[in-house]
Amino acid sequence: MDNHSEGEKRKTRYTTVSIPVTLYERIRKLIEGTGFTSVSQFVTYVLREVVAEMEEEKLKSEAVSEEEKKAIIERLKRLGYI
Amino acid sequence: MVSRPHGGRLVDRTVSPKRRERLLEEARELPRIDVNESIAADAANIAHGVYSPLEGFMVQEDYINVLDQMRLSSDLPWTIPIILDVDPEDIVGVKDGDDIALYYRDEPLAIMRIEEIYGWDKKEYAMKVFKTADPNHPGVAKTYKRKELLIGGSIDLLRDPPEPFENIRLWPKETRVLFGTRGWKRIAAFQTRNVPHMGHEYVQKAALTFTDGLFINPLVGWKKPGDYRDEVIVKAYKALIEHYYPKEVVVLSVLRMEMRYAGPREAVHHAIVRKNFGATHFIVGRDHAGVGNYYGPYEAWEIFREFPDLGITPLFVREAFYCKKCGQMVNEKICPHPEEFRIRISGTKLRKMIMSGQKPPEYMMRLEVARVILEHPKPFIEEDEA
Repeated sequence: MDNHSEGEKRKTRYTTVSIPVTLYERIRKLIEGTGFTSVSQFVTYVLREVVAEMEEEKLKSEAVSEEEKKAIIERLKRLGYI
Repeated sequence: MVSRPHGGRLVDRTVSPKRRERLLEEARELPRIDVNESIAADAANIAHGVYSPLEGFMVQEDYINVLDQMRLSSDLPWTIPIILDVDPEDIVGVKDGDDIALYYRDEPLAIMRIEEIYGWDKKEYAMKVFKTADPNHPGVAKTYKRKELLIGGSIDLLRDPPEPFENIRLWPKETRVLFGTRGWKRIAAFQTRNVPHMGHEYVQKAALTFTDGLFINPLVGWKKPGDYRDEVIVKAYKALIEHYYPKEVVVLSVLRMEMRYAGPREAVHHAIVRKNFGATHFIVGRDHAGVGNYYGPYEAWEIFREFPDLGITPLFVREAFYCKKCGQMVNEKICPHPEEFRIRISGTKLRKMIMSGQKPPEYMMRLEVARVILEHPKPFIEEDEA
């Protein structure tokens, strides 16, 4: 159950990150006439995509257990690769 | 960061030591199919994720999709069918859903769950994969000699096939850890079936200039007569790296996989495989995986346009040649001098020199590499061996 009335709903919190002005301008021109209403909205969209991909990648790399990774490193050392 | 495996997940169809004991016993009770070196290598490659996302030999739907669309039934790019051929008498009494044991050199290699047994048209295969039905093409000739039926299904690998180059054979799981340990994010993979000449060195070092590491991954296994022997290729590369490469930015590891000589299609296959090893870039040379005059010199570049979703970046490196005026290895893009100053390094010319015991000039081949080849009593595969 939602305990907040419409007016009391928790607002999404934002913070500020900096990007070069030149990049900002390029994005501003790029999104003209698209569904993106602001540079911030576009940047958030793109970052979410990139972050999701990186997180997935991180999960994949962690799919090798520590024990297995240790064994692989041992073999690589034995063979002279490390 | 290293490439994501093709299809998102690195396949692992190897079995744990505990399970292996039980499966080995089971295997001895199952119908048996003996496989050759190339199939054994494919089975190991499937199990160790080299062919991710494949979990086994292809069923008909994937086979047809690959032939017709150059994609798996899941729509992932895939250009060379990975198939297991059998004769009808090999599978008497065997039906879909049964388990069989694959044997290699009289030892159980893998257990396969048969999902489908189906026929194939070798001529159609040849036309689509090799773009020719000419039996003089080595890949086509080999296809015509294959057995009449195909069986598709997942496998569990019980043991790795014996590998004479065990000390320089790494699996994708291992290269991924290795690249990560070295901190490499951009990795250029180089496929080869040849000993290195100065043109190869130029191309590799050009790629290395703007990547973090170079992954040299020579194919060992079946090749046509006249090609260099595996041990010559390996020794030649070791000599080249020892004398001319910074070791911390190069990894040399062999891949046991037969050459198909399928030109453009095989170039894409080679790229996908290296993506699974973690490479982010793949060097595609002139007439990559070609043979004779079956493919145009840059056909293997053009095919990559059809795969924007490949997930590995092809590096199209122009043919390198020695320019007498520039005094070094160059390519068409960076050398302004006319043809009369250019000396092209032809593999055929090099072979002829070596066959007659002649040492190639140093602008063609490093002395240390030439020495390895000339000291070998039989550096080339002979007619009756292939």
